[in-house]
Amino acid sequence: MSIWEYANPKKFMALSGRVLPWVAGLAALTLAAGLVWGFFLTPDDYKQGSTVKIIYIHVPAASAAINAWAVMLIASLVWIVRRHHVSALVAKAAAPVGLTFTLIALVTGAFWGQPMWGTWWAWDPRLTNFLIFALFYLGYIALWEAVENPDTAADLTGVLCIVGSVFALLSRYAVLFWNQGLHQGASLSMDAQENVSDVYWIPLVICIAGFELLFLALVLVRARTEIRTRRAQALMARERLA
Amino acid sequence: MTALLIRDLRLAVRAGGGFGLGLAFFLLVAVLVPLGVGPEGGTLGKIAPGILWVGALLSCLLSLDRIFALDFEDGSLDLLATSPLPMEGAVAVKALAHWLVTGLPLTLAAPVLGVLLYLPASGYGWLVVSLLIGTPALSVIGAFGAALTVGVKRGGLLLSLLVLPLYVPTLIFGAEVVKRGAAGMEIATPLALLAAITAGAAALLPFASAAAIRVNLR
Repeated sequence: MSIWEYANPKKFMALSGRVLPWVAGLAALTLAAGLVWGFFLTPDDYKQGSTVKIIYIHVPAASAAINAWAVMLIASLVWIVRRHHVSALVAKAAAPVGLTFTLIALVTGAFWGQPMWGTWWAWDPRLTNFLIFALFYLGYIALWEAVENPDTAADLTGVLCIVGSVFALLSRYAVLFWNQGLHQGASLSMDAQENVSDVYWIPLVICIAGFELLFLALVLVRARTEIRTRRAQALMARERLA
Repeated sequence: MTALLIRDLRLAVRAGGGFGLGLAFFLLVAVLVPLGVGPEGGTLGKIAPGILWVGALLSCLLSLDRIFALDFEDGSLDLLATSPLPMEGAVAVKALAHWLVTGLPLTLAAPVLGVLLYLPASGYGWLVVSLLIGTPALSVIGAFGAALTVGVKRGGLLLSLLVLPLYVPTLIFGAEVVKRGAAGMEIATPLALLAAITAGAAALLPFASAAAIRVNLR
């Protein structure tokens, strides 16, 4: 019994089929709980008023966007080293979801920045990084779309994902060097002296968990769709030969 | 390797296109920006470092698809793959050839265009130095993008989409060197980081590019 067993598409389909309703249900539950708690049951901030509640979408989306790239990187590495097709398909499935989360983080950030900083957009390091990050996602997805042979596409996007990760990290520090900005520091780190107060913290953690579960559920659905598409294509190819 | 380098250089110079085109494009950018921004010396001098770097980057981008596309079409890339020269070496040589016909001329032309953009006098030296150190990274990163898209039909636009985000760190540090140099500030840190990116990219990316080429030749 090892994890590689699920590299077999049939086993993966069976497992993911069983797990998916639970993951999706849990995602719905935590998201509903976290968002309702965050939006309606927390007090307004003494300076920011109710705009502070954007945090319940903004921060979880941003963290899910970064985790999505990490999933793509690991899945690409597994594909390149061990050549499990399911792995490549998971990387492919994660990309559009990650891009969507990136865009959600950018847009909610703009909605938050407008009343707080007086501007929709600022060339602040974190904002700039996320914009560049969105471009990396776009390039990755575009390469998947452009290459016809699925195995070639998986290989090329895998290499791009690895190189892109290095350059995304480089850009992160380069941008920090380029401009100091408006965005506040981390609100949640484990060892920080200053965290957001508990009233906001607990629903925020629930929301983050909800977004990660939502991401997992979406990736599973998309990966299952990809596998079924592959099967359908294989069937059609066989029909044509026969 | 030398033979391959000489062959690539000859092709670039004689077959026309790539060699002069990048330079002409660079010149056009330097002419169009003042037309769009207005002729005030203060504004132009202030944005000159950034414009010159962005212009160099874009003109570099123009000729990237030529690195592998023609060789891929006529089959010489297959010959290279079966030759005793490892693909990594061939990729590095092709990136070097690309730099010699685009990056180097751009570097040499940049001070002249700096005059058009009222670059402050103290910036010229650092402009040349930063381009000299930074443009090889553009060629190596570009060769990686070209290797990824060589099998894609009409991959030019895709190539830009893939390569431009990878150019971000080089652009930031390169333009920063010139900006600081023009303002008379110390430039050691961005210059060292720029050099680090070039050295790191030149050392590691040929492996990734070669892997991509092998996949595309499969």
